[in-house]
Amino acid sequence: MKMLPQLIVNGLITGGTYALAAIGYSMVYSVLKFANFANGAVAMIGAYLTFLLVTELGIYLPLAFLISILATALLGVATDKIAYKPLRQAPKISSLITAMAISFVLEAVVLLVVGAEYRPFPLPVAEGWRLGSVYITPVQTGILVASVVCVAGLWYILHKTKIGRGMRAVADNPELATINGADTDRVISAVFAIGAALAAVAGTFVGMDIALSPTMGFNITVKGFAAVVLGGMGNVTGAVLGGLILGMMENAGVWYLAGGDGRWKVTIAYAVLMFILVVKPAGLLGSKEESRVF
Amino acid sequence: MPTGVIIHVLIVICIYSILSIGLNIIMGCAALFSMAHAALFGVGAYASALLALQGFPFWLDLLAGMFIAGLISFLIGLPTLNLVGDYLAVATMGLAEILVSIFRNWDAVTRGPMGLPGIPPASLFGLTFDSPISFLGLSAVCLLIIYLLAERLAYSPFGRVLKAIREDEGAVQALGKSTFWFKMWAFVLGGATAGAAGSLFAHYFGFIDPSSFTLWIIFFLWLIVILGGLGNNLGSIVAAVCFVAIREGLRFVGLPGNVTSAIQQILFGVLLIVMTIFAPRGLIPERKYKTRYKSHAEG
Repeated sequence: MKMLPQLIVNGLITGGTYALAAIGYSMVYSVLKFANFANGAVAMIGAYLTFLLVTELGIYLPLAFLISILATALLGVATDKIAYKPLRQAPKISSLITAMAISFVLEAVVLLVVGAEYRPFPLPVAEGWRLGSVYITPVQTGILVASVVCVAGLWYILHKTKIGRGMRAVADNPELATINGADTDRVISAVFAIGAALAAVAGTFVGMDIALSPTMGFNITVKGFAAVVLGGMGNVTGAVLGGLILGMMENAGVWYLAGGDGRWKVTIAYAVLMFILVVKPAGLLGSKEESRVF
Repeated sequence: MPTGVIIHVLIVICIYSILSIGLNIIMGCAALFSMAHAALFGVGAYASALLALQGFPFWLDLLAGMFIAGLISFLIGLPTLNLVGDYLAVATMGLAEILVSIFRNWDAVTRGPMGLPGIPPASLFGLTFDSPISFLGLSAVCLLIIYLLAERLAYSPFGRVLKAIREDEGAVQALGKSTFWFKMWAFVLGGATAGAAGSLFAHYFGFIDPSSFTLWIIFFLWLIVILGGLGNNLGSIVAAVCFVAIREGLRFVGLPGNVTSAIQQILFGVLLIVMTIFAPRGLIPERKYKTRYKSHAEG
């Protein structure tokens, strides 16, 4: 019981990163009705870009972060134009296969260029703070703050800008949106760009929190997807909620059920996912039509 | 190239062909996006291996491998076959990972990453298949049997319903068929086939470990199934020959292990993307059904 507040805080931090990845999925799904499995790999690329900019070129961290976010956003748009756009009219299964294929290609490219070993992110070592029974490092605080800023920024874009209105319109009813003058192609590109940018942020945070490896993308994909399913597909608030809950359940689950054995973390995430899929596939905030065949 | 290598490659081709035929039933005929196939392959392998290590005869552990893989498919299918494509994909992905996690972490039974060594060779009717060429004979016979059964299945009324579900599930339901149970049968049969392949795999290599049953294998199998034509079993075999040959061939190029596997991943990934965009039905399409009357469209 003593560990509970610490577990909750750790859960919120990890959950925050999952939420950021999950938002990318949710947005793409709401606009295109397609689960972009490649988002995790894109997050991984974002993480490695930041890492390489800092370690190989010695660029100041916040600047490297920014460059990585922009580059990854472009990558997101590129993957759509090259691999998903030709398949807009094709059966769903084709896009899913392509997305997975992109993930594998990106992973292999990184493996060839950087190598397969785990790389820890070089961060300035600093003392953390104690708040009651909870210990939190400056990096973790940074992650929390940045996550909140990102979600707030996204809310602003979705509700206060023209392109954001376009996104919501296309998500709701694509034909009606086009009739009313929304440029669907631009909206879709914007959705991919934002999703990828958030993925880059999430990926870099995961890299800072744990370590970097070419296979981390897959992990992020699964967690992101679990978060979205948990919170409700196509619903940004749901994605955030799902991410946070997943993060906390993972940390609590590993501690209480597996005696702190980290290897079971992924299994617990999957178990949560499976449970939700069986009990309420629409997720906590989602609607029924999206998920069932009948 | 030494004969030993050729025989080895042919055996791997047989095993992967059996796997692809199983996946063809699930993905090719019924269009179920299952990522659990490689894990079921592993279930068959581990089940067979554990029984064989306890001294049970080959035919028993082969059947057990198929049965257990089929049973797990059934259990997996119950909650997931109701779900739409994207969700089914993720659900099966999750289950596959849970299974691989179990292979990796249930040290007491599966010895985790160290794997199970010393699996005794298969023996049937008094013959022991411990030389590569005899095992090739065994696997070729198994492949032939499974191929014939799968072909009968694909072109049977059951197979036709599966393909109809692939094209338009709502229409099939409107005709009163319980699509859930058709999909379930396809899933179970495909899983059992994977289990059989797993059993052969365990007995050939004599050693299994979790790394042979990861998601990457599924990806490789997709390529084979798609390139060979969804629903086309002969095409799958031909594609299996090509890809296994390329994969094993790359091993001889002389680059370090993880470089070649990374190159493979890139090549195959790009190939899969190109195939999906330009030739989604595969290079060799399914055999057309012979009908009594030509439709007006065909003239």
